[in-house]
Amino acid sequence: MHFVVCIKQVPDSAQIRVHPVTNTIMRQGVPTIINPYDLFSLEEALRLRDKVGGAVTVLTMGPPMAADSLRKALTIGADRAVLLTDRFFAGSDTLATTYALAQAIRKIGETFGKPDIVFAGKQTIDGDTAQVGPGIAKRLDLLQLTYVSALTEIDQENRTITLERRSEGGTQVLKSQLPCMITMLEGSNVVRRGKIDDALRAARAEIVTWSAKDAGIEDLTLCGLRGSPTVVKRVFAPQARAEKAALVEIAATPAETADAFIEAIFAKAPTLEADMAKLASGF
Amino acid sequence: MSDQKPAPQTAGSRASMKKELPEKFRDHKHVWVFMEMERGIVHPVSFELLGEGRKLADKLGVELAGVVMGAPGEDVKRAAKEAFAYGADLCYIVENPVLADYRNEPFSRGLTQLVNAHKPEILLLGATTLGRDLAGSVATTLLTGLTADCTELNVDDDKSLAATRPTFGGSLLCTIYTLNYRPQMATVRPRVMAMPPRQEGREGRIAPFSVDLQESDIITKILSFIPDRDSNKSNLAFADVVVAGGMGLQSPENFQLVKNLAAVLGAEFGASRPLIQKGWVTSDRQIGQTGKTIRPKLYIAAGISGAIQHRVGVEGADLIVAINTDKNAPIMDFAHLGIVTDAIRFLPALTEAFRKKFSPHSNDRLAG
Repeated sequence: MHFVVCIKQVPDSAQIRVHPVTNTIMRQGVPTIINPYDLFSLEEALRLRDKVGGAVTVLTMGPPMAADSLRKALTIGADRAVLLTDRFFAGSDTLATTYALAQAIRKIGETFGKPDIVFAGKQTIDGDTAQVGPGIAKRLDLLQLTYVSALTEIDQENRTITLERRSEGGTQVLKSQLPCMITMLEGSNVVRRGKIDDALRAARAEIVTWSAKDAGIEDLTLCGLRGSPTVVKRVFAPQARAEKAALVEIAATPAETADAFIEAIFAKAPTLEADMAKLASGF
Repeated sequence: MSDQKPAPQTAGSRASMKKELPEKFRDHKHVWVFMEMERGIVHPVSFELLGEGRKLADKLGVELAGVVMGAPGEDVKRAAKEAFAYGADLCYIVENPVLADYRNEPFSRGLTQLVNAHKPEILLLGATTLGRDLAGSVATTLLTGLTADCTELNVDDDKSLAATRPTFGGSLLCTIYTLNYRPQMATVRPRVMAMPPRQEGREGRIAPFSVDLQESDIITKILSFIPDRDSNKSNLAFADVVVAGGMGLQSPENFQLVKNLAAVLGAEFGASRPLIQKGWVTSDRQIGQTGKTIRPKLYIAAGISGAIQHRVGVEGADLIVAINTDKNAPIMDFAHLGIVTDAIRFLPALTEAFRKKFSPHSNDRLAG
């Protein structure tokens, strides 16, 4: 079977800083990583391949340097990597991104065999939209299975799949069909460390690199800024509150400081003490 | 749709270009809120959205409609009544047995058909697992713009929806427009917007809409539903008092200090995003843009620096108090009260002081 996993190279958000004076993002020197949510989907694809056989193709759209993330995915165990890179993709919103990725997945299907399951991350840590997976599913007419917490059974003969899916207030147990698009929930598996063999192979592996034209994208008006219905009009730092936090002085002992702190809390919100007394007593 | 695309332009000129809506979208009117219903219960985020939708509709001088989709029966009628009580003028009801439980195929087909038939200019959904799953496929089918996880919705001078959301991993905010397409779609996370007052007995019009959906056409089948056990559910979003910890706690073991204080206060505990990413705390306890939004009476943040993505999740708290070693940490810009000290050393003293205050006769050691 053929599994395609869409990944994204993102800045490590834990290390992004905003310039204190200019309020602009300081991107220099911020390391990039594979979007952490994508790794759960990659791991699930690798497990399926190990179980039923076949190949895992990782796909990303991004600047040439996104090849680093693809190589990392090969190190973890993917069989093949495709980089979709072209200046026409610059400024894509989620709708334009799903157009380009869907075209590339069609091309992957023609070149390396039709995918049985397309995986994507639940969401990214930089955009946080959770829209790209569903968008790809819609454009490729794949069954859409998001927030999957467990793949319990895959029946190759009947091309059915049984899985558990997170929903509001519980878990849905679903039976669906291949081909489908799946996004995995975080924590649904433990991402493997690559084997030495994979690392050696990854170091030498060729990354298949496609331009828009290579991927069979003919209508460039559907790509990048032009193909994006949304426009970012303004980027700004949030207004600081007019007053900074009132600071409580440190007293001679931690106990005295704690008492002063509690007193300051109740001075700010006089009705709070009665509410909290009730809550603390368990009623 | 490609023939209707605007000519190529640079980012700057595109963002500031005068908006002229293509002819085919000009009859799109009114503000819609998707009423999310699971197992017969309307999700509270739908009421919060009706509160925001009402404001947008009033500014635009149009009507506010709720959209209820479900199996035929009392639940959908009750949901429509609730929509009226929270501000809707009318409610579209799509009743069909295949809509009994949420599945992407029938819901996205049904909602897309309704949008194409009755043409709203704005469509709002909750940013829940259901709302995000549905909004993504509906927006792609309609080839329109969708802005996720908005923290502010407004209508600008020329009547476009201005949707503001955090960006760059939550370190800045951005305002996004859907210029030449309709409907303008947006999602908002639960608890981000205030709950509007319920107006008992407020009436509205019901507009039934039938969709051609047969169970035999729907491929994905629901085998069973396993409700969450109550013990697994945190009541974080609705708690009156919340205590949370961040990277200032330095180790997973020290997170126990946060739990201890929460236990003494009868409060819920939570954590900032890095602790979830490190696996110190489970994701249902995450507070912030990508986790839970809270609106407690008191919020105690221990060792949390206060990145914007955290800030947007806690700003609705009545009183925010911060414990941090850095008096210049961003959290001190939006906390009401702060103390510059090490949370690891201060939390035990604070826990003990609260314990003495609220249960002076108890000498029980905390079991953890």
